[in-house]
Amino acid sequence: MNIIVCIKQVPGTSEVEIDEKTGVLKRSGVDSKMNPYDLYALETALRIREKEGGTVKVISMGPPQAEQVIREAYMMGADDGVLLTDQKFAGADVLATAYTLSQGIKKMGDFHLLICGKMTTDGDTAQVGPEVAEFLNIPHVSNVRKILSVYDEEVITVEMDMSETVEIQEVLFPCLITVEKDIYTPRLPSFKLKLRTMDKKVHRFGLKDLEDQNRYHYGLNGSPTQVLKVFPPPKKDVNEVWRGSGDELGKRLAEKLKELKFIQE
Amino acid sequence: MAKIIIHQGKAENPQKLPDICPFNAIEYTENTLSINSACKMCKICVRKYPAVFEYLEEVQPQVDKSVWRGIAVYVDHVEGVIHPVTYELLGKAREMANKIHHPVYCLMMGDAISHKAEELRYYGADRIYVYDKTELKDFRIEPYTTVFEDFIKKVQPCIVLVGGTTVGRSLAPRTAARFRTGLTADCTILDVQENTDLDQIRPAFGGNIMAHIHTPNHRPQFATVRYKIFNAPQRSKIPSGEIVFEDIPASRLKSRIRVLEVRKKEKVKSIEDAEVIVVAGRGVKKEADLSMIRSLADRLGGMMASTRPLIEAGWTDPRLQIGLSGRTVKPKLIITCGVSGSVQFVAGMNNSETIIAINTDPKAPIFDVAHYAIIGDIYKIIPALLKNIPQKGIHDVL
Ligand SMILES: Cc1cc2nc3c(=O)[nH]c(=O)nc-3n(C[C@H](O)[C@H](O)[C@H](O)COP(=O)(O)OP(=O)(O)OC[C@H]3O[C@@H](n4cnc5c(N)ncnc54)[C@H](O)[C@@H]3O)c2cc1C
Ligand SMILES: Nc1ncnc2c1ncn2[C@@H]1O[C@H](COP(=O)(O)O)[C@@H](O)[C@H]1O
Repeated sequence: MNIIVCIKQVPGTSEVEIDEKTGVLKRSGVDSKMNPYDLYALETALRIREKEGGTVKVISMGPPQAEQVIREAYMMGADDGVLLTDQKFAGADVLATAYTLSQGIKKMGDFHLLICGKMTTDGDTAQVGPEVAEFLNIPHVSNVRKILSVYDEEVITVEMDMSETVEIQEVLFPCLITVEKDIYTPRLPSFKLKLRTMDKKVHRFGLKDLEDQNRYHYGLNGSPTQVLKVFPPPKKDVNEVWRGSGDELGKRLAEKLKELKFIQE
Repeated sequence: MAKIIIHQGKAENPQKLPDICPFNAIEYTENTLSINSACKMCKICVRKYPAVFEYLEEVQPQVDKSVWRGIAVYVDHVEGVIHPVTYELLGKAREMANKIHHPVYCLMMGDAISHKAEELRYYGADRIYVYDKTELKDFRIEPYTTVFEDFIKKVQPCIVLVGGTTVGRSLAPRTAARFRTGLTADCTILDVQENTDLDQIRPAFGGNIMAHIHTPNHRPQFATVRYKIFNAPQRSKIPSGEIVFEDIPASRLKSRIRVLEVRKKEKVKSIEDAEVIVVAGRGVKKEADLSMIRSLADRLGGMMASTRPLIEAGWTDPRLQIGLSGRTVKPKLIITCGVSGSVQFVAGMNNSETIIAINTDPKAPIFDVAHYAIIGDIYKIIPALLKNIPQKGIHDVL
């Protein structure tokens, strides 16, 4: 079984604020960490390897310092890691990110299963996984909350979480799944593995290493969506005090809940 | 194509500049500033330090926007029961279409759903495309994407709106990638320009900042929107629009996925996942009165939670405790009933989007964090409120 997991480095905090007048960001503690949702993806891969054997590789696209999350994956037990890093990848939206990842994955050799996290805490779109699957022309199942079985190197059976139902899907390899938080509890990085993988190589791919070298398919050039601007969210500082009889207040509250769309008329 | 170039000599405190970027895309190493692949082209650096950072735009390849006409809405449904987000999107589609004088389309696919499409004719669609095939019985990504692709190629809409449901969040990106076009997830505001460019506004960084996004050189433009962001239009009295049945050869609907089973979900929901929470505090005098709180939660399609004393009394389950030693919640709506608002409790809920507090004591600290402070008796207010809420919660409809 060959498994590849997509992991991303994200800011350590989402506590960013924009100064309304100057448009400058106010941040506290700007450490980076592995996207927490990707820990579940990696854990899922490691569990499958424990049962089925094989290898778990990780891939990430990001700045050179994103090597840190690959090292972290090594400390959890990943066998190998690739970092896609190049100035030409800068400014990538979902499409360009997914395309770059798919190009990188093609370079990593054959795989059976590709696993992505549910979403990232900075991009927060949950779209990269399905788009990677499209570029690789393989089936995907998102919102997987349970792995039911893995049969040889042929097929995997998973539980997909829909809002009202659960769908059991059997998917032929190669395929991609995105996993829900809580599918398994992620293990902590091990100190022993840290020592053992200290000098382990992290492969680096740039544009010149990829099959498609057309720079218009990468980074900002390859991104159909563009950010026009960012701004602070409108403040919701309603602070209303209501008084009156129980009947009045009950009725008024019902009206307010209708207005806020918590009650359908 | 655009890029940001750096004028190295112009920076007075170059070591400080990495801090201005929300995406950690500015680096300062070996006395040189550089921009790495984390850059999102938000241009905050250009605005703040125009002397140092310069935005260079090159000419973009143009797409012929005039051949892409109409706003399409994907009809989300479970066995023909249409998800209400669909109507909300139809309302928004109609509003935008009127501005640019385009038609509104629906795309509905599934098995044995033809008669269910009729309902869409009451919500302002001009044409409803229906693909009714046994191969489309359960949601499987490849055949669904193929149908979506077929529809887009035939109809060429300039905008495609998809509900942010489990299916939508899987299908929209896959289809957008097939057309090598952009998709903006979870938009909270949508508007359209005269040239049919879609203005998409969405929260980023867990809602701490908003981003205004557009897709100027690609068509169609994809956006997903979550349930309850837009208003559903009134159902009109007379149907309008026409239903168009489309066919697609079964040979194109092959899949490497087999659906073995579809199960109704067992209801073990945790309060962290609830969008609406009604909290019982010590203002609730006896255990039996919890039924009043529970009814309110049910009618709003939410969950009941409680403060610690009620758990200690054995009235409620420990998993329902909010607070420092309980769970942290961030629902869209939280209504606290007879809760004083101790720091330990508030720590677990003060990031909720809308906080409504009911308490008899005008000095209760809960009112410091509440958006709506209702001074009064829960035993009078809640029964009056229940009388004014229709029996059937929205979740019973689904
Ligand atoms: C280390 C530590 C950790 C803790 N962790 C938690 C925690 O995680 N979660 C938690 O909840 N607590 C926690 N507590 C307990 C906390 O300090 C409070 O005691 C508790 O939250 C109070 O619950 P309450 O608001 O329901 O009750 P009270 O403080 O007794 O408040 C009841 C309120 O109801 C109002 N009221 C009474 N009758 C009515 C009526 N008819 N209509 C309307 N209003 C009425 C009163 O005016 C009053 O404000 C912790 C305490 C400690 C020391
Ligand atoms: N730059 C990246 N490098 C590697 N994996 C990524 C990257 N961006 C997104 N992913 C993967 O795609 C998932 C969804 O990301 P997103 O669409 O940004 O919410 C993440 O949980 C990762 O598994």
